[in-house]
Amino acid sequence: MDTAITAKKKWWDGGYSPFNVSYGKLMMWFFLLSDAFTFGALLISYGTIRFSSISWPDPNEVFRSFPGAGEANLPLVFVSLMTFILIMSSVTMVLAVHEGHNRNRAGVAKWLAWTIVGGILFLSCQAWEWTHLWHEGAWWGRNPFMNQDGSPGSSNFTNFFFTITGFHGLHVTSGVILNIIILLNVLKGTYDDRGHYEMVEKVGLYWHFVDLVWVFVFTCFYLL
Amino acid sequence: MSNEATLHSHQEVHGSLEHDQHGNGHDGHEHHGTFISKYVFSMDHKMIAKQFLITGIVWAIIGAFFSVLFRLQLGFPDTSFPWLSSILGHWAENGHIKPEAYYALVTMHGTILVFFVLTAGLSGTFSNFLIPLQVGARDMASPFMNMLSYWFFFIASLVMMASLFVQTGPASGGWTAYPPLSALGDASIGSKIGMDLWITSMALFVVSQLLGGLNYISTILNMRTKGMSMTKMPLTIWAFFFTAVLGVLSFPVLLSGFILLLFDRHAGTSFYLSDIFVAGKALSNEGGSAILYQHLFWFLGHPEVYIIVLPAMGIVSEVLAINSRKPIFGYLAMIGSLFAICILAFLVWAHHMFVTGLNPFLGAFFVLLTLLIAVPSAIKVFNWLTTIWRGNINFTPGALFSIGFVSTFISGGLTGIWLGNSSIDIHLHDTYFVIAHFHIVMGVSAFFGMFAGIYHWFPKMYGRFLNNTLGYIHFWITLCGAYLIFWPMHYEGLAGMPRRYYDYSTWESFKQFAGLNHFISIVVIMVFATQLLFVFNFFYSIFKGRKLTIANPWKATTLEWTTPIHAGHGNWPGEVPEVHRWPYDYSKDGVDFIPQTVPIGPNESEH
Ligand code: HEM
Ligand SMILES: [Cu+2]
Repeated sequence: MDTAITAKKKWWDGGYSPFNVSYGKLMMWFFLLSDAFTFGALLISYGTIRFSSISWPDPNEVFRSFPGAGEANLPLVFVSLMTFILIMSSVTMVLAVHEGHNRNRAGVAKWLAWTIVGGILFLSCQAWEWTHLWHEGAWWGRNPFMNQDGSPGSSNFTNFFFTITGFHGLHVTSGVILNIIILLNVLKGTYDDRGHYEMVEKVGLYWHFVDLVWVFVFTCFYLL
Repeated sequence: MSNEATLHSHQEVHGSLEHDQHGNGHDGHEHHGTFISKYVFSMDHKMIAKQFLITGIVWAIIGAFFSVLFRLQLGFPDTSFPWLSSILGHWAENGHIKPEAYYALVTMHGTILVFFVLTAGLSGTFSNFLIPLQVGARDMASPFMNMLSYWFFFIASLVMMASLFVQTGPASGGWTAYPPLSALGDASIGSKIGMDLWITSMALFVVSQLLGGLNYISTILNMRTKGMSMTKMPLTIWAFFFTAVLGVLSFPVLLSGFILLLFDRHAGTSFYLSDIFVAGKALSNEGGSAILYQHLFWFLGHPEVYIIVLPAMGIVSEVLAINSRKPIFGYLAMIGSLFAICILAFLVWAHHMFVTGLNPFLGAFFVLLTLLIAVPSAIKVFNWLTTIWRGNINFTPGALFSIGFVSTFISGGLTGIWLGNSSIDIHLHDTYFVIAHFHIVMGVSAFFGMFAGIYHWFPKMYGRFLNNTLGYIHFWITLCGAYLIFWPMHYEGLAGMPRRYYDYSTWESFKQFAGLNHFISIVVIMVFATQLLFVFNFFYSIFKGRKLTIANPWKATTLEWTTPIHAGHGNWPGEVPEVHRWPYDYSKDGVDFIPQTVPIGPNESEH
């Protein structure tokens, strides 16, 4: 059966990728699906434990500090900034992928570099927040914050907070490392030689996923 | 558009080895390579498959030997075996295995067989070996990741092996590693460093599974040769596909569970811990839930049992059709039931938790969904039976093991229906009835599927046959032995005999089973010896077996038999063949078999 004669390509008949994507991208999609289950399991565990507790600390009380603002009461301002930075880094990633389609090496490099900057900024913010909480006495196994009903809070508040934001931070870190590797390849001209910038798209998918996960983490720990 | 570019490179896949152009810089020259690149760090899927298989065989011998050791304790509680003290040292004094050693052996037996043998050894071997060969690809989508998958498994194996030799012994809280036992180092000696090594090893194992699974999925979806539409794929490939999907979606949840467990062990958290006393002292942990771990574990644990059995089902479907010289009965129903099993597998995990205090209302839903699994399972069984029905059966060892699989799958599936009813399960949970159920339906069946696959594809792997006579002896003793071992356990379980006890002779209610336990243990030793016979056959035949003289010894239709007897890396010396028909054209229009590569004739109707 010659595909040239058939008017419509039979995508599922073999010889082609049925989704018109490379195996690498397909793998990335499935990997993200599986990673979504990892985060899903952690967040659902968090939900289970939280709802089986009588009371829980109020995030507006816990996350109220801002670097350099002393004792000012600024609930959730800092984390909003962090979230904004991460979302902006997704925007720059979109632009990098777009430039990749145009095979514009300088453009890709520029926007990828900004994405890396965003990622590092986010991680620095997280480092500050963790240090700050640590100084307040919070850590794995230790929770200085009172529950909303005034009873002493369960250490599972901080346990889950550090575990899950830490796990997410680990993902951001590996994303930044991947982005740096890809940026170096871009600068070396590897993808120009290869004729396409698909690697940028693949790390882009990963980066967006990590951002998306943050939205859930943010909602679960700071808003609810 | 980069998609175009990629797609373009994919159309070339079938003409050249260098299909990893945009990937990892893999150069596809292994077949001229050195010993190291050919046999050790090989990227040829066929070699990786053999690595999985041989590692699996080594683990199977160890895991089975452990069961012989603890069966000695169960069958001969009063007899002293001085040689035990010589091999186990202080773990067995005066010729008796100590309780700690007994629990370590049971735990390691379960872990090794479930994960290292029946997951890595079975799906690792056959997914690797058959996917590229049967869909018509030169190799896996990413041969490099495929190699990594094996080496992660290898490192996981090393860590698990190392845990056997630490001073406090390996993990000993059961293959399910429930907290608090697994979370508190002070709870038992097996909960110390052995448990950490167990978790580390399992985490590496999960990575290996993901690397493998992602590869299997994308190879099946993306790398099929021209004409190989999804419904022209052999059922083996469908089974491997769903297996990989199950693994990719359930192993990460286990990983999350292990992360929390590690924190509970080392960071003072209480994810799984609350209200606990160790040695009379109250612990400060509060607010956690041990049941949470069980949910996370069984969300993997139940799909895992299907990860083990689906590849066996695929292999059996293929081997039965070939050896009955008949098309598989109900090809689409077979795919549909695999799909249904795959979905339902994610929705039944709490049937392992009926007695944990699970809300009975919620339990009712899990009963319903659990019993629903019997439907696709039954469809498959009927299809296998109708496939061999009035077939012209060649009773090769592969065919016998396939028929044995159907038999044990029925026997064990029926007891599953008992257990799936929560009210009956209250009585049967954690008794020998459960042991009997899952050893027959999973342990024995999956081993039979694996043996069927090994006897059938050994000629393709090594260019020689396994010895048939030894194969028949192997089959009959194993089949009879398996039933003799596990059938009586149903009665013990119905009588309430709990699993995981060290010595039943001190219990008035279970003294009546002393003779039966004795008998079971003797059969275990005989069956174990027979497996060694198989191992001998395997390694002997690699070097000395009868040589394959024709490329297609079983007169099969599928693509792997169109490759040369000793296929190099890349599988086909010339073009990858094009496919024109489904893989089950046996005895069609009076022709014994028509390979998939033969175009449909002008007067011929598609199956
Ligand atoms: C007809 C389908 C099946 C049903 C309704 C069923 C039901 C059950 C139930 C309710 C239990 C929990 C018993 C208890 O602990 O009290 C169980 C245990 C188990 N089943 Fe099945 N089962 C079925 C088929 C299978 C298959 C096909 C496999 C594997 C290939 C399997 C493997 C297992 C294992 C490994 C356990 C025990 C795990 C443990 O506690 O250590 N089952 N089954
Ligand atoms: Cu189950």
